Amino acid sequence: MIHIDLTDQPIAIAVALRSVEADGAGAINTFIGTVRNQSTGRAVIRLEYEAYDSMALHQLRKVAEQAVEKWPMLQKVTVVHRKGTLYIGDVAVVVAVSTPHRAESFAACQYIIDTLKQVVTIWKKEFYQDGDVWVAAHP
Amino acid sequence: MRLNIALFGVAREIVGQSSLEIETAAGQSAQGLLAELHARYPALANLSSLAVAVNNEYAADDTPLHERDEIALIPPVSGG
Repeated sequence: MIHIDLTDQPIAIAVALRSVEADGAGAINTFIGTVRNQSTGRAVIRLEYEAYDSMALHQLRKVAEQAVEKWPMLQKVTVVHRKGTLYIGDVAVVVAVSTPHRAESFAACQYIIDTLKQVVTIWKKEFYQDGDVWVAAHP
Repeated sequence: MRLNIALFGVAREIVGQSSLEIETAAGQSAQGLLAELHARYPALANLSSLAVAVNNEYAADDTPLHERDEIALIPPVSGG
């Protein structure tokens, strides 16, 4: 009921959505994170995602398990994160959840992506025309 | 004891390699290891945060380290 993946291949959104289908679910909620063309006013050319794979997978599973504890009615949870080089519009992360009713599906999906961004060991470097920056590295 | 420390992201770039072997006192804590690394690589102090991971979990400051542990430095994460 929890599916976690970290991949250097393009994320198949339809596959992720199908993976949370459940007969007891009246709601499927999805967050799709994509690469934006600018960051604090600087034009972004590409991103490079680096992961500490074993810890990232472990922490992603823990986040999903915490969501199931908070919302026991969760039917299925899928989180897929991309790594490697991504360009504008590419999909970096997909979170998909299914629940009996819609309210919990929004809440659980938001909890998972918000917590992922705080604890999961993945790092993003933004590349501009005139340089590059590790996102959030410095105050 | 000799610890092998995996490095990622900006920490890897500051140190200039993807892993580091360090000789330290037996029973050294996560916080003690960070202090030693800050002394060797002062630029680490400029980061917004720097955590130690032991066996895929975030370590508390007083977590004791062992030679067999999988240890990593975790600069501010930025997934999603």
